[in-house]
Amino acid sequence: MWLLEIEDLSVSIGSKQVLKNFNLRISRGETHVLFGPNGTGKTTLLNVIAGIPRYVIDGGRIVFKGEDITHMSMDERARLGIGMAFQRPPAIRGLRLRDLIKIINPKADAMAILKKMDFEAFADRDVNRGFSGGEVKRSEMVQLLAQQPDFVMLDEPDSGVDLENIKLIGEAINTLTQKDQRPSQRTKSGVIITHFGHILDYMKADRAHVMLGGSIVCSGNPGEILEQIKKSGYEGCVGCTCPV
Amino acid sequence: MHVSGIEDKARKARDKKALYGTDVDLESYESEAKPQDIVANAEDLPNVVKKAAMDVGVKLDGESSGSFVQMDQTPVIAKSLYEGVEIMDMASALEKYDFLQDYWWKLVAPDADKYTAEVAAAPPAGYFIRAKKGMKTVFPVKSCLYLGSSNLNQRVHNVIIAEEGSELHVITGCTTPAHVQRGLHVGVSEFFIQKNAKVSFTMVHSWGKEVEVRPRTGITIAEGGSLSNNYILLKPVKTIQTFPTATLAGRGAVASFNTVIYATMGNIDVGSNVFLNAPETSAESISRVVCVGGEVIARGRMTGRVPGARAHLECVGLLLSDKGRIYSIPELDGQSRDLDMSHEAAVGRISEEELEYLMSRGLSSEEATSVIVRGFLDVEIKGLPDDLKQEIKNITQREDLKGAP
Repeated sequence: MWLLEIEDLSVSIGSKQVLKNFNLRISRGETHVLFGPNGTGKTTLLNVIAGIPRYVIDGGRIVFKGEDITHMSMDERARLGIGMAFQRPPAIRGLRLRDLIKIINPKADAMAILKKMDFEAFADRDVNRGFSGGEVKRSEMVQLLAQQPDFVMLDEPDSGVDLENIKLIGEAINTLTQKDQRPSQRTKSGVIITHFGHILDYMKADRAHVMLGGSIVCSGNPGEILEQIKKSGYEGCVGCTCPV
Repeated sequence: MHVSGIEDKARKARDKKALYGTDVDLESYESEAKPQDIVANAEDLPNVVKKAAMDVGVKLDGESSGSFVQMDQTPVIAKSLYEGVEIMDMASALEKYDFLQDYWWKLVAPDADKYTAEVAAAPPAGYFIRAKKGMKTVFPVKSCLYLGSSNLNQRVHNVIIAEEGSELHVITGCTTPAHVQRGLHVGVSEFFIQKNAKVSFTMVHSWGKEVEVRPRTGITIAEGGSLSNNYILLKPVKTIQTFPTATLAGRGAVASFNTVIYATMGNIDVGSNVFLNAPETSAESISRVVCVGGEVIARGRMTGRVPGARAHLECVGLLLSDKGRIYSIPELDGQSRDLDMSHEAAVGRISEEELEYLMSRGLSSEEATSVIVRGFLDVEIKGLPDDLKQEIKNITQREDLKGAP
């Protein structure tokens, strides 16, 4: 049973086509990694799945939990179980992180979540206001832990994060994607964008894809693909023998 | 000024229009109201008054340094619960203390305009609050000016004196119950903050759709004294015009004005006017306006008259509807060398990025707007006890603040 199916999706911003006949399927319980150079459409893909306006869907569709969500509003998608950690989220002045957690999920144990991310000191700070790069990433994880989405999207959760905190973030991703449970019991899935793959040392991923020019050109085992990229760059992925 | 002198001036200014704001037809209001019963304790006040006060953040039977309530033209309670603070109704205070003549009409001129003239011609009502020398309170004095009769012209004249080294916090809720169709409130206030005294004055307005309001406030702050003045208006009103004027008269005096407005209708013309007349004085004025209807004129004026004075003005507005207007007027008047004065003004909209961010967490567009509006209005007020800070926060949190109607 697929949790997420993307079929022949073409997306443009203004006059520029970013995704071309894009296809991806993610099963329940699976976590996928997206590799690829800057400007290849990885962030756009996540934004389009999340439902951020400003993108034009030229064709294709996105199906989540069997429902066509291609033209659904962002908040409806979130309530259906899609969650996203933004790469550079905005600050919300006057909104305390502690209060946002309660708004996202009134039943959430805010202090326990903050403690898990070693973020208690930020409970009464305005969301993301004056946070460092690494703090922003932890703030995003805190919010997702409250939201408990069935499908989590993480846009470079390791950029700007020091080693100590990468471990914390990796653990949080494992919690969100139920990697602490037996494979047969996992129902939650995820997709993660990473440039250098540091985070993969601290989290479990099942499958990886390389994106180039708005399409997937290569798929396979995350460790092997990362090794390949480190060895011969993304050029080596073009025409490689990995099955897509 | 001699009493007859005040009356003389008032008589001559009877038809003098105010510089700002729409003109109010004073003749169309009644000045006589049925006298109200005096009560001994705040708990004995009519429930309708207690509830109305509560709605504007004034919990009359909660912990306080004392309370004052005026219903229509009758001060029904003026009671201190702390020996360091004296609270009286104005008429009794004038009778008891001759020294009050040195303060009465000294910061607001009786002939400033027809509204001050109106108050000067009326029998004295309002509060006299005095924080005695060196006495510091943490719990606020709670006051409520309750306009309970339709077509009434409620008049008050308040005097606050914070003596040397004292600390005083006052919260005043001005309110009308829903059944009052129409009314006018004219309030003259004179605050004397003496050497090294610290005062916070918080005013929450909740009037009706047909109520007009003309407060007239003068403040003087002596050496080392400080004022934190906070004004909150979240409910509909027909017209308000106020431009409190503070003079930083002694070395190192500090004034901070915070204004929070959520406008849905009416003509709201508010601001603050500060004269920095002594060395090392500083002033700050921050106003946040959310407008979904009506006209808001946000004024701020700072006049720097001595070297080294520092002043900052911030007028920021969110205009969320085509039916509204925000007119922001920050003014800086430098009259000396070595001043440090600045201002920042902006009128804009809610950032789409913030809206989308919250929607990605499952909030609807309306919920996200409301959260952003609340956050925008959550001014960080300095110099307030934590309880009072929390009460002010609660006021903005519980209101139903929407985006465009």
